[in-house]
Order: sequence, then C-alpha cells, then structure tokens
Amino acid sequence: MAELSIISAGNGLTVQDLGRPGWKAQGLSTGGAADPLALLEAASLLGIAPTQAVIEMMGFGGRFSVSEGTRFALTGAAMEADVDGVRILPNTTSFLPAGATLTIGAAKAGVYGYVAFAGGVTTPKIMDSRAAHLTAGIGKRLQAGDTLPLGADPDRMRAPQRLRAEDRFGGGVVRIMPGPQTDFFDQNARDAFTGTTFHRSPRGNRQGIRLDQTGAEFGAKDGLNHVSDLIVLGDIQITGAGVPYVLLAECQTIGGYPRIGSVIPADLPKIAQAAPGTPLQFQFLTLEEADATTQSQAAKLRQLTQLCQPMVRDPHDIADLLRYQLISGATRGDDLEGS
Amino acid sequence: MIAPQSQPELRPLGIDGVLVRFARTLTEAANARAIGFCERIKVAEITGVTEVASSLVSVRVGFDPQLTNRTTIEDAIERLLTSEQAADNEPKRLWRIPAAFGPDFAPQLHEVATLVGLTPAQAIAEIEATTVRVIAIGFAPGQPYLGMLPPAWDVPRQSTLTDSLPRGALICAVRQLIVWAADAPTGWRHIGQTAFRVYLPDAPTPFAFEPGDAVQFSAVSDSEFRDIQANTDTNGGATCEVLR
Repeated sequence: MAELSIISAGNGLTVQDLGRPGWKAQGLSTGGAADPLALLEAASLLGIAPTQAVIEMMGFGGRFSVSEGTRFALTGAAMEADVDGVRILPNTTSFLPAGATLTIGAAKAGVYGYVAFAGGVTTPKIMDSRAAHLTAGIGKRLQAGDTLPLGADPDRMRAPQRLRAEDRFGGGVVRIMPGPQTDFFDQNARDAFTGTTFHRSPRGNRQGIRLDQTGAEFGAKDGLNHVSDLIVLGDIQITGAGVPYVLLAECQTIGGYPRIGSVIPADLPKIAQAAPGTPLQFQFLTLEEADATTQSQAAKLRQLTQLCQPMVRDPHDIADLLRYQLISGATRGDDLEGS
Repeated sequence: MIAPQSQPELRPLGIDGVLVRFARTLTEAANARAIGFCERIKVAEITGVTEVASSLVSVRVGFDPQLTNRTTIEDAIERLLTSEQAADNEPKRLWRIPAAFGPDFAPQLHEVATLVGLTPAQAIAEIEATTVRVIAIGFAPGQPYLGMLPPAWDVPRQSTLTDSLPRGALICAVRQLIVWAADAPTGWRHIGQTAFRVYLPDAPTPFAFEPGDAVQFSAVSDSEFRDIQANTDTNGGATCEVLR
C-alpha cells in the first residue's frame, strides 16, 4: 500500500470527499469538501471518480511526500506549489515521484485548496465517507508526521492535463433562492439585503461564514420568536443582532435564526472561496429560475472533462511541459504525445 | 371523523427539497403530525425522493432533480396530506436511561426546581414520572430534544451561555430535556448527568434515537452512577425496549 506522508501542515488540513448524505434526520449534515467543484475539477483532470478522497487545505498547504510515484492535481484556491523546487501550476496534473517533496504554500486567491492524488486517499470510511467532519467528531486535522494510505495511480502514464478553472475567488454577485422563511422578512428588508455590498468577515469556517456590512441591520419581522426548523447548506441566517451568516458544509441541521434565503449550489463555491474582506452581493432568483440551475454532479463532471486539454497540444504550455518532464523523471518520454 | 387540522404550508428548502410545515409554533400535536408524516413519506416510495427528515413542526422531503421535479413532489405530498389520518402517536421504542441528580452531577438542579416551584426531590420525581418523547434530533449529531415536561417546566434559557458541559449531561429549558451530545456551550441548565452516548460514529448503528422514541429517566445515586460510568460494556446502563 502506497503512503502519503505529511511532512508539515498548515492548521486547516483535513481529508475530504463529497461528504455523507443521508444522516440529516439524525442531526448530521452532509459535510465534505467546502468547495465540491474543486473535487470535480480534480477528478476531470486526473480521469478518476469524483468520489475519491483528497486533502483539503484551508488557507495554507504543507509539505508532502509519497512512497510510490503518482499523478496529482491542485485545484481550488490558487496556492504556490513546487516539487523539489520546480513550480507546479494549479489546475494541471503533475507527477510526484516517490521520495520527492511537494510543497504547497499560502492561498493567493481563494480559501480552500485541494491536492488530489490519482489513487485517492484510502483511509477507512466512516458512515460510507472518508470526509473529516470535525464538528461531529469524525476525523481529525492532519498534522506533521501523519501518514495516510494512498490508492495506486490507475493510469500513471496518462498525458498531463490542464483546465481553465471557473473563477470563483473574487466574490461578486451570488444568486439566492427563496426559502421557508423568506416571507418572515418584509419587502423593505429583502430589498435592503440585496442592495447591500457585504464583506466576508474574518470569522468563518467550514460551518459557515459571517458577512460584515456598515449599513442598517436586516431583522425578521418577528425577531427571534421562531420555532427551530430544518436548515440546509447555503441558507443565510440572520442572527438576533442582524448579522447574516451563510451556512457551509459542516452546518447544523436545525437552527432557530430566521433565514432570508438560500445560496444556490452553483454559487456556493463563491461563498466558500471568499477570503476575509472579499465583497459579496446577493441577487434573488425566482423559484423557477433557481430550480433551472440544477445540474447533477455527473453532468458537471462531463462538462469539465470536455474542457480539459492535454498540455502538450497548446504551444503556450511547452515551457511548463519541459518543467513537468524535469520534475517527474518517470515518464517514458513518448507518453506526452497522447499515445 | 378526525378533528379538522390546519393546512400545512409547503415551501421550497433548497433546489432539491420541499419543507412541509405543520405549524409556526411548537405544539405536541404539530410535532406528532410532523413525525407521523415523515414516516408516511418514507414508506410511500415516491420516485426520486432522497433524504427525508423531521424537525419539531416540519418535514423536509429531499428529492433528486434528475429523477423528478418540484411540482411532482409537491403533488405527491398534497395527495398524502389529503389522506392524512389522525397521527399514530404511539411510540415504537422505550428507552430507560439512568441519571445521577446528586450535587456532583446536577449543579443547576436546585435553581431549576426553584424556578419550577418544586423542591429538588420533587423535581427529580417529576422527571422520573414523565415519559418524554424524542420530538427532534439535531444541533449536534444524534442529540435528542425530549418533550414535553409539565407546563410549570416552561423555564427560559439562561441569558448567558455555560461554556461547556460534559457529554451525557441532562439539561433543561422550555419544557424540554436534552441528553447533551458533545462538549459545547449552551444556554440550557444542567440538572442531571447520564453516561449515555447518543452518537457513536464508529458503531454499526451510530445514532441511538429515532424521532418519536419514548424515554424515561431513572434516578441512581452518585456512587451507583460512577459504577455505570466505569462499566464501558454498556451504553450508560441504558436499555431500549421495542414496543411494537
């Protein structure tokens, strides 16, 4: 069994996959990657199943080595990275030879970076998922000295790929849909909400992020006299102090604060990847418009896979390609032709 | 002829969910309707339905938009609601859970008893005598909201949070009890202690409770309780009887 060694680690490293649906009735939210799009991007680049587990890195990476050479991809937040000093670009596949050191630094854009190895992290599953859900006591933060089992790369000689990733790191307009409590807020409150530019607060984690603003508060009509009710990923809670929180992967399953609406899944990566200070605005869709944005993970993966390009076909990438060969030291030399 | 019941509200809850809300305030009747309807949806085998969960007064019906759509799901829900029977409110299971109420394990029992208008001994006796039901599960994985205690127990939450309570703490507010799932702050008051774990992530059955379960607490002495704590072969000395 191949092993991944964590030589050093930032304090936000966990094993993640697409989470564990099916337990909301028991009080356990789905969890999984804060930016699931990054897992689909990695799967499309590496040609693997999107269910493979990866390392999620919040804000800062770490140093890694493997006992057997494997392809890997970096997706999500743009993080400086190199293999033994040779630079690695985000949203490309690269090869990490056994014993070489992959160094991943701080996020330059976005919050959550991902390193996906072609064979996936193969830690034991708990309730059919490998995702750490720290608020539920599942899994742990990864630390220097940890070793994790890795699956074997199923296609080591596959030509390197690149993908122009969806830019979701600078905030902007986020689309929301009405929910069960939207009408607890009068039209003025809703208009004020959509007319405000918020900034992502420094306070935020995998449970949710707080939104700061300097204008008037957005209270629900009946204040806090609401019976606690079921909540979903993306819901925007307005606390008693009028502060909005957008709920993310590790949110609770029941909450008492009124919710003005819910961020549609397609725009949630913009929320997860908004670094502190990033401006965010909200735009209501009608229910019909929101429902029309539905896209299955399988369909999204097919779309991304079509957007992947072999790096060898683009003359602009030749310089990077040469670097790739230098660092890998393990290609046959002819596989880059796509044979 | 069943008593006329208020028409539930159907609302979107996410692009893959419909919320069926039976009331805007918590009543035992609305809770029983929610739990009963959740069970009926689960067995109705509606195409495309994924995750179904109940809360205090509502049910979320999750669906796979690839297999069905919102209108079809809402129609199916409406049909089931039309044929709604008086909620079958009989519990399927009865849990009996030992709890310590001595000074080492119930730091706020005296305070709560005073607020309820009882002596601590009377308060313990009322808790023992009341069969509560799991009216919702949430906040933390597996954590049950248990209700309802007699009306005098309508004690508000504290205005300040208690920093941390031990797992298994029996805490109380607004006619409800909670067996605390994890070390976390809370505004509810600590009136007893169990050694029961509501959630065992590595176990084949990770979650103890289902909504609707009946629960009784039995008082044990602090020394008996320490023996229960020391015996890791059982889950806090609790038993679960299947009633039907």
